[in-house]
Amino acid sequence: MDSEDMILNDRNKAGLELKIGLEIHCQLTFLHTKLFCGCLSNYRNSSPNDNTCPICLGLPGTLPLLNKRAVEFASMICLAFNCKIPEKISFYRKNYFYPDLPKNYQTTQYNSYELSSIGYEGSIEFVGDSKSKTNDSKNSEERTKIRITRVQLEEDPGKITYEEDKSAANNYSLIDYNRAGVSLVEIVTEPDFSSPIAVRIFLNEIVNLFEYLGVTDPSLEGSVRCDVNVSVGGGKKVEIKNISSFKEVEKSIYYEITRQKTLIMHNIDVKPETRHWDEKRKVTVAARSKEEEEEYRYFPEPDIPRIILGSKFVSRVRTSMPELPIERMKRYIEVYKITEHTAKILVNDKRISDFFEESLGYHKSPIEISNWIVNELLTKINEKDRQGLTDHNTKGLDILTVSPKQVAEMAELVEIKSLNRTTAREIFDKSIETGTSPLKLIETLEIENISDEKSIVKVIHEILSSQPQLIEQSKNNPNTINYILGLIMKETKGRVNPQIALRLIKESLEDI
Amino acid sequence: MILKRLYELPAFVVSRKIKEQEVTAEEYISIIIERIKNVDFRINSFISHNFENAITKSRAIDKKIKEGTNTGLLAGIPVGIKDNISVQGLKNTCASRMLAEYTSPYNATVVSKIEEQDGIVIGKLNMDEFGMGTTSEYSAFGPVRNPWNPEYVAGGSSGGSAAAVASLQIPLSLGSDTGGSIRCPSSFCSVIGIKPTYGSVSRNGLISYSNSLEQIGPLARTIYDLVPLLNSISGFDPKDNTTINKKSEYQTNNVDNILKKRYKIGVLEELIDNSESEVAKNNRKKVKELENYGCEIEDTRISLSHYALASYYVIATAEASSNLSRYDNLRYGYEGSPEGYEWTSYFAESRSRFGDEVKLRILLGSYVLSAGYFGKYYAKAQKVRSKIKKEFDNLFNKYDILLLPTMPALPPKIGEKSSQPIEHYNLDVYTILANLAGIPAISIPGGLSEKGFPIGVQILADGFNEQKLIDAAVLLENVEGFETWIPKI
Repeated sequence: MDSEDMILNDRNKAGLELKIGLEIHCQLTFLHTKLFCGCLSNYRNSSPNDNTCPICLGLPGTLPLLNKRAVEFASMICLAFNCKIPEKISFYRKNYFYPDLPKNYQTTQYNSYELSSIGYEGSIEFVGDSKSKTNDSKNSEERTKIRITRVQLEEDPGKITYEEDKSAANNYSLIDYNRAGVSLVEIVTEPDFSSPIAVRIFLNEIVNLFEYLGVTDPSLEGSVRCDVNVSVGGGKKVEIKNISSFKEVEKSIYYEITRQKTLIMHNIDVKPETRHWDEKRKVTVAARSKEEEEEYRYFPEPDIPRIILGSKFVSRVRTSMPELPIERMKRYIEVYKITEHTAKILVNDKRISDFFEESLGYHKSPIEISNWIVNELLTKINEKDRQGLTDHNTKGLDILTVSPKQVAEMAELVEIKSLNRTTAREIFDKSIETGTSPLKLIETLEIENISDEKSIVKVIHEILSSQPQLIEQSKNNPNTINYILGLIMKETKGRVNPQIALRLIKESLEDI
Repeated sequence: MILKRLYELPAFVVSRKIKEQEVTAEEYISIIIERIKNVDFRINSFISHNFENAITKSRAIDKKIKEGTNTGLLAGIPVGIKDNISVQGLKNTCASRMLAEYTSPYNATVVSKIEEQDGIVIGKLNMDEFGMGTTSEYSAFGPVRNPWNPEYVAGGSSGGSAAAVASLQIPLSLGSDTGGSIRCPSSFCSVIGIKPTYGSVSRNGLISYSNSLEQIGPLARTIYDLVPLLNSISGFDPKDNTTINKKSEYQTNNVDNILKKRYKIGVLEELIDNSESEVAKNNRKKVKELENYGCEIEDTRISLSHYALASYYVIATAEASSNLSRYDNLRYGYEGSPEGYEWTSYFAESRSRFGDEVKLRILLGSYVLSAGYFGKYYAKAQKVRSKIKKEFDNLFNKYDILLLPTMPALPPKIGEKSSQPIEHYNLDVYTILANLAGIPAISIPGGLSEKGFPIGVQILADGFNEQKLIDAAVLLENVEGFETWIPKI
């Protein structure tokens, strides 16, 4: 049992209820331009402060010009999260002074005074029990439902680079506004998570969802970020900000649970506050109290008139939306007759699923191809994964240089040429290693099945003459035939057809 | 006419002379520059000049005309721009120490449109800091003086825009009107100024004071000059999401055609009555003039005007407190470096440069937006605002235009009201109505008081009915030409 399990088991004994809620920020990286101006959404290749204009620098007199595509992208996210979309939306100003905000207010949405946000009251379900305290696999098929409070569209601030990590030691800090004004979708959940594991599963699910929607590329650094609210034993909620990756999210929750439990154990009140995750020291650090931050002086953004989406908007977005994982899974099960288990594995990663679909274009045999992907390909990827080659928010299909065509040909070889598994795996490995087509390999390497009976009979005779006792044994023990088959397989590296070999063994034994 | 006195003529007359090559644009601009140099030291209407560029531009226009190329509505006409409207390459101070060194890298849409019509930006005009004031006393560059009497205020916040036009320095200017900032100084200086319908003129490049209330508008000495400038700047702008696609071409119709329209005029008698006696007397005279034309006239009232001032100041200061947040001298502003500061103290240091009136309004606005007070102030103010809109809707079902004074009082002496905020704010009580309702409003010169101070009459019309205001101005201007009321300076 590792320390993480201990924390959770400990919690059970203490009977402290754990409530976790998330605020996920997702940049709409597939938009061409920023939320309110013509600067590029892709700020990552620009020199500092190059990807800016009078609007995103908040120069006097500039006005925000709403990117309508951003509203559509955000709506797709809402629909994927089963949110309601109101007929009218509006923007609000959140006022606070910080150097990364060019206008010293953020244009966002706010639901306290009216329903202003693009989405509200959604929910998302996934497999993996949020109540499972250990890795108990029996529970893992249970479905967990997380309620989505709201989805809102807002602008990303700029980025501050500090001279030193310790802010007190700073002589200067540098501000880069290239990111300022990039479209950001904030997804706020209800505190429905009861374990850090559920948070991890959820985050993987939604990153996958973003990829299916084609709204964001999660592999870009900082494109999907997450703040966490944690409360233990019905106490005050503590927000953790500044978490750089999903792996750190889980760690920060474990830390925060321990911290709050320790306070409770010593009868110290947990203060409602915002804490920052210190990635190096793996601790949360107090940043500011909730009272301090509530004064944002929200009011409706006067420069962007209320946006009337209308009644047809939602259905229009819905028809233009790409296939979602849940829909794709249904299709795999119903049309391709793939098992739910396999289908789930395929759709869990859009690129794997796309890979599968592309393979089908070369050889329409869904079951065989899906087996190759799930049993062979993913195993290889997982092995590489464990060697630590994955990056922060993504899974590593890129690690292997293998094409959908190669997998399709493998399926074809097995089906048409009745190639046995061992041989097939050999060819597959060779194919991945060299990049050569499996169909070509089988010709050039001349390892097609030994199907001429004379050769097989020759092998049988060799075995029987080296181990003559087998002839006697076969008369009393019917399993001897299988033993002999095993020896043949070993000798031929599995290249004989077992049915033919069995018949020939029987014939040879009878002949003697 | 002697060439030297070309500055006295209306712009449309001079522009025709330029097009017909009777005079060159360059000659005209040179005369205007001379006039500004001779006069403005007594008025203080300009913050900065654009003389060299203006001369270059005038030569280009002359060249165009010589080559037979078509020129625009404003060919060769100098236009003064209020210093809160962005002109590329020029200082844009908003009359604030906060923006003492800020130069705009882009043109406001209205400025581009003026240049498209071959108008010439001659300089930037003085104002109350960030547009906050009714007297143009709250300027970091000193108060604008009333051309009729330099001891008195010119009105505000577009004081420079009105005073420069009234004192025959320039024929045309742009101001901005958040709660009367075009009409008040128009009234105090005896020029004609219009606040267009909200959404009919682009605000792109106008440095926001209160976004939901303000519009850019033209000022001139005669309606015949005002209309070409209004036509030049009006219309939908893809750079301002609050503009409305409803382009209309305004005309200066002749009196007979106007009278055929049989306008029904509502007179807000109660508001006339509540004004200083000379103002009331003058406005009644204007009513009489319209009556003499045969217009149908009826007394009416607006019941909610009582709540308008509170509603206006809550909304305006709330928006201002947020709009002015961006001034922290990190990206632009004044000479001064953040080196050696921790940033909260730098914010504090830089923001102390605002003038007192601006600070007062930021504080007020921050207060009304505070978490617990939103419903009590801001939401309530918006409720009043929508009720006022409704009341105007009803009134405009009955009347084509409404008549009331622009200002309840004559211009105060410089320094007289600046230390009494409430009295100062009360001067806005008749002008803010149009801003709250988003409707167009015009201030038309009405004549002079016994002591020789100008009095204005204000006309309101329903949204996008500027033509009715222009028609009313034509009627009044044709009784007694406005050129009879030119200050001696």
